[in-house]
Amino acid sequence: MLGLTRKTKVSTGASLPVLAGLAAAAVFLLIGCLSSDTFAQQTVAGLSQGAIYGSLALALVLIYRATEVINFAQGEMAMATTYIAYQLTLWHVTYWLAFFLTIVIAFVLGVVVYGVLIRPVQHRSVIALVIVTVGMFILIDGLVTWKWGADLKFMAAPFGNQVYHAGGVAFSRQDLGVLLISILSVILLWVLFQFTKLGLAMRAAALRPAAAALVGVRVDWMLAVGWGLAAVLGAVAGLMTEPYVFLQPSMMQAILLYSFAAAVLGGLESPAGAVIGGLALGVFLNLFGQYAPRDIGSSELRLPVAFALLLVILLFKPTGLFGRKQVRRV
Amino acid sequence: MTRGLATRLTAIGIVVAIVVLLGFTMTDYHRGLGARVGIYFIAILGLNILIGYTGQISIGHGAFMAIGGYTTAIMSNYHHTNLIATLPLAFAITFVCGVLVGIPSLRFRGVYLALATFALAVSVPQLPLKWSKWTGGSNGIRTHTTPGNTWLYEVTWACVGLAFVGAWLILRGRTGRAFRSIRDSEIAAASSGVSLPIYKTLAFGISAAFAGVAGSLFVLVTNGFAQPNEFGVTLSLQILIGAAVAGLGSLYGTIVGALFVGLLPELSSSAPLIGSSHGQDVVFGAIVILVMLLLPNGVAGLLHAIDSRVKSAIKSDPTAS
Repeated sequence: MLGLTRKTKVSTGASLPVLAGLAAAAVFLLIGCLSSDTFAQQTVAGLSQGAIYGSLALALVLIYRATEVINFAQGEMAMATTYIAYQLTLWHVTYWLAFFLTIVIAFVLGVVVYGVLIRPVQHRSVIALVIVTVGMFILIDGLVTWKWGADLKFMAAPFGNQVYHAGGVAFSRQDLGVLLISILSVILLWVLFQFTKLGLAMRAAALRPAAAALVGVRVDWMLAVGWGLAAVLGAVAGLMTEPYVFLQPSMMQAILLYSFAAAVLGGLESPAGAVIGGLALGVFLNLFGQYAPRDIGSSELRLPVAFALLLVILLFKPTGLFGRKQVRRV
Repeated sequence: MTRGLATRLTAIGIVVAIVVLLGFTMTDYHRGLGARVGIYFIAILGLNILIGYTGQISIGHGAFMAIGGYTTAIMSNYHHTNLIATLPLAFAITFVCGVLVGIPSLRFRGVYLALATFALAVSVPQLPLKWSKWTGGSNGIRTHTTPGNTWLYEVTWACVGLAFVGAWLILRGRTGRAFRSIRDSEIAAASSGVSLPIYKTLAFGISAAFAGVAGSLFVLVTNGFAQPNEFGVTLSLQILIGAAVAGLGSLYGTIVGALFVGLLPELSSSAPLIGSSHGQDVVFGAIVILVMLLLPNGVAGLLHAIDSRVKSAIKSDPTAS
């Protein structure tokens, strides 16, 4: 029991200055939104973009905590499951039914990927694991392009195209829907991890595999479930990205890169950090693009700016906003 | 030991003979293809020095190739520099860039280094789009003259020879020992007097410089055009995969990795079942995963295992020797 309370403390272990900084940022955004319509619009759009980054970043963090590897194929897995949803709608399945079917399929895929490809190399080296996920990246990309072709595909817009007006600000229903679904899936996952026996077993398997195995947790299965859940989050992220960029094999590549940055910003070990990091990054990039001098705010530099941010965080605060210091034993 | 050296020298001799003979007998098109294989050889060799010998992962070597390539294109386009003269220049510039990247990388390890270098691979090809005034934006920039395939074949494989000998000389002595000790245990290396900052940045510099020269030649083989999307993330991944297939930590395996990356697109496009550019990705990815699952040390590791199996069979047989 003692061990448990300690772990809970670790998972929400943001330091006081970080929390104060976040609160200040929130106040700043609120004041900005109230004083400028453009600002409010960019912020809401940024939040919904950021929610997508956040859910994919959360998938990365889940996998990092379970198997200590960055899954470079996470975006491609998300893309592939989105294509599966597309195929289902072609077979006259309604959008939301296809959505839930896809989530089930994604879960199974994630478990299979872990069991077949990751488990055999898991204890070898970081380099081997990274190369396997890079191989998966190329393989999935090839398979999808082979099956469905590289041209743009369109799915029915899940939220319609209505725009709500509040004051002078226009909020698209799509932005709000994406924000809602992403946040909802993150909350469901948090409930699963925090309040169910399965979640407890999964946390134990990730943090202390040997000890967990001794008290009867099936560590391999728990890690596989972790991969499955990550694939589910990816599927949600993919389906939520589709209305913005439409369906194409490269649709998740840029998103994956932003979610790398988001995950590192939040601290690779922290699920809450990943989500907050994603939201913060989405809003920051949108506002930066709007208000920075045109020289560095241009759209070609959106990705490099995100990555410059990533490098700066890695250099000066490698544990991110919510991470904890790691002590390495010789 | 002497027997091992003799077999190695013979193997090298055979490869050199094949390369020279092919140079005379191949068609012009195949010489271009051969030059590509040589370019991948240099890049994979460079990456192998970093990953296989020093234990530092990099997914960003396409970025160094881009820097080398743009060096050649810009020097040739604006100053009409001799193309051969741009190669040492690319080597020097990317060496400096590699050292500069290596310094912050001292703080990263494992996955974090992979992420940081990946950031590099993604960001650097975006930069020419931004400063399109000098770099031609997405249309790219062209060298002043474009050499023929025969010239490319000869120059590339001459560079391969230089790079191989250079890498061998670096890795066989004191520096190579320092690299390997860092790979095996950084703490042990530091406590036996190996300076981690110096040797890690040195490894980054050398590795980047090899990639830079490969990038220069890469620009020449693509009709002298340096274009941002030629140096995308895929290129970085291809080199990494080549190194993995070759066997991390093996100089001799590099040739297999180079052949794999350089020829697979060509071979799979004419194969019956997968005759499309997408099928090629499927084969590429599947082979990489299979190699990692079945041959943890790449093709070189497989050969080594066969070799020692044979040797032990000879030893256990009393009638032999």
